[in-house]
Amino acid sequence: MRVYFDYNATTPLAPEVVDTISQVSRDLFGNPSSIHHFGQQAKATIDDARSATASLINADPSEIVFVSGGTEADNFAIRGAAEALEPTGRRHLIASGIEHEAVLNTLRALARRGWRTTLLPVDQTGVVSADRLREAIDAETALVSVMHANNEIGTIQPVAALAAIAHEHGALLHTDAVQTAGKVPVDVRALGVDLLSLSAHKFNGPKGAGALWIKRGTRMQPTATGGKHERNRRAGTENVAAIAGLGVAAVLAARKMAPEAARVCALRDRLEAGILGNVPGTQVNGTREARVPNTTNISFERVEAESLLIALDLEGIAVSTGSACSSGTLEPSHVLKAMGLPSHRTQNSLRFSLGMFSTQEEVDRVVEVLPRLVEKLRGLTRRPVSA
Amino acid sequence: MRIVVAMSGGVDSSVAAALLAEQGHEVIGLSMQLYDQSEGQTSFGSCCSIDDLHDARRVAAAIGIPHYIVNFEKQFNEQVVSNFVHEYAAGRTPLPCAHCNSDLKFATLAEKARGFGADAVATGHYARVERDANGRLLLRRGVDNGKDQSYFLFSLTQEQLAGAVFPVGDLPKDEVRRHARRRRLPVADKPDSQEICFIPDNDYRSFVTRSVPGAAREGVLVDESGRVLGTHAGIHRFTVGQRKGLGLASATGTPMYVLALRPAEQQVVVGPKASLERTSLTASGVNWILEEPAETLRVTVQIRHRHEAAPATVRSLGDGRAEAVFDESQLAVTPGQAVVFYDGDTVVGGGWID
Repeated sequence: MRVYFDYNATTPLAPEVVDTISQVSRDLFGNPSSIHHFGQQAKATIDDARSATASLINADPSEIVFVSGGTEADNFAIRGAAEALEPTGRRHLIASGIEHEAVLNTLRALARRGWRTTLLPVDQTGVVSADRLREAIDAETALVSVMHANNEIGTIQPVAALAAIAHEHGALLHTDAVQTAGKVPVDVRALGVDLLSLSAHKFNGPKGAGALWIKRGTRMQPTATGGKHERNRRAGTENVAAIAGLGVAAVLAARKMAPEAARVCALRDRLEAGILGNVPGTQVNGTREARVPNTTNISFERVEAESLLIALDLEGIAVSTGSACSSGTLEPSHVLKAMGLPSHRTQNSLRFSLGMFSTQEEVDRVVEVLPRLVEKLRGLTRRPVSA
Repeated sequence: MRIVVAMSGGVDSSVAAALLAEQGHEVIGLSMQLYDQSEGQTSFGSCCSIDDLHDARRVAAAIGIPHYIVNFEKQFNEQVVSNFVHEYAAGRTPLPCAHCNSDLKFATLAEKARGFGADAVATGHYARVERDANGRLLLRRGVDNGKDQSYFLFSLTQEQLAGAVFPVGDLPKDEVRRHARRRRLPVADKPDSQEICFIPDNDYRSFVTRSVPGAAREGVLVDESGRVLGTHAGIHRFTVGQRKGLGLASATGTPMYVLALRPAEQQVVVGPKASLERTSLTASGVNWILEEPAETLRVTVQIRHRHEAAPATVRSLGDGRAEAVFDESQLAVTPGQAVVFYDGDTVVGGGWID
């Protein structure tokens, strides 16, 4: 039996999504920009997906811009807003220190081009505090980017409170909701944000489709220039089949959200309790209160996460250490580092993330296999486990 | 048997993995990331660059085995690179591949492999491990004389040899390439790596200077009588036996060679070829593959990778030291290089030239 507990990396497609993608790929090849029948059909497909995506986050369809995924959405949000606001003298950008690389490296790129940037610290539980934002923000701040939930530890950030502070200073707030959209209720009005990124393949949709929600009236410069697609906001012929898949995934997620979240949460809690109870020297990283229901991040004392990940994979169990770098090897997690965890814990932590097809049987299998693997790996080092 | 194959992305370790998988072993490919190589940065060196890691991954996929890249940056630095630069700075000529084998591949990597429940680590080395009549393990030269790498493996212990597998050691190189082509491995025609993998552009001098800034201390070139012949920019730039790049006008007409490096005085001693000849050497850090000999042994002695082993008598001096006395004098006995003692094609032991 192979167990896939890496849903935060990507998810298997829902069967309905597979059907839609294959049907659209086969039957609706038209270019949505074309005036004729073929174009109209493709356009209608995209419009349906736009409505479904908007509905998932309580937005208006006209505010949805389809992009290739979370990374492009984050890039567009930050670069598009920064460039639009540049003439107003707002040349300062703020993000939390635990953002995805799509945000952090975009800020770094803009910093090299003269923007001032500030990274907000997080506390030991992995939460960005409103006070830290108040200290960092000023009249020149163009945009604050704080993720809705962190991909490695699942912690949900107080985005609504942060958005209120940003707006007091005339700044925009962007939230990367890639790890929440489709898993827990995401309401752009309640969050009070201006820009929100989401990605289809994190909730049983296809790779290559995502969306940036841009609150009506928000000034943005397109980052991809060309034809008049997506209301002049993102040029390029739309990935029709993937966008249709995104739409179906959004409908499915919205329909089953509460019971599915409860089901996955119960599995996650069973897994967590099983690991903490059966493997000595384990600890949950980040808060156990406000976090997405499918994620747990656990440190294993005196075990290299890299080795444990491989040992688990050889047993048919797929987990992750957070973000993988280019070659696929491990770097100490910048998220756990930012939380102030000691360096050994940044390198001995594994992320387990569950989802649509996860079962109790799988959870029990992981809990059964883990103690033996951990013991074997610990047998190679000599220091005793501290009580 | 569950076997970890250290896959460099080259043809030898790729074929090693393929052969073991075909023999029915449960093969796990591991590639070591040895230095920071974020995608997009200019990768340096000839082996284990990011392209090589991708090659290893493609080969593993072609064979159908799992493949992982493990980060050994820190260990590689501590166990191989640091020794390399400090040896040069101390006027010696290091042999990093031997350290990489004994201290990294068959130590750190082997330990990691045991953590995954693997019984052995296989590499693409041209060498053979066999049992003698008493069940003890012997290290022998690869059958391809031109490719033999036993010289780089002399310091493996019995315990390390017990967990070492060299699947291409009994094949000639062209046969290995044929195996790769027959299986359509994506690296079948990849050229052999020749250089030290972590040195960009094969320019070890700049690498040492960057790593040990104090190494670039100026000094003088002297002849055997102590007469100053010129100046130099740091003894790490020289190797015993070196002729080129001395910056000496050959006024005398006789070609001059580096005879010795004196780190304390920052002196490079030069002289004619005849002065390079040595009739004996001593070595430290000696490893005897079977046991320390109580008496003198008749062996052949290899003092560098491309050296034809020369007949000699060797004896242990105790304390991990040994002395070899050559039947005929040898040129350029180079401190820091390995000296390996052979009985026929079997490694008796070896150490580091003093």
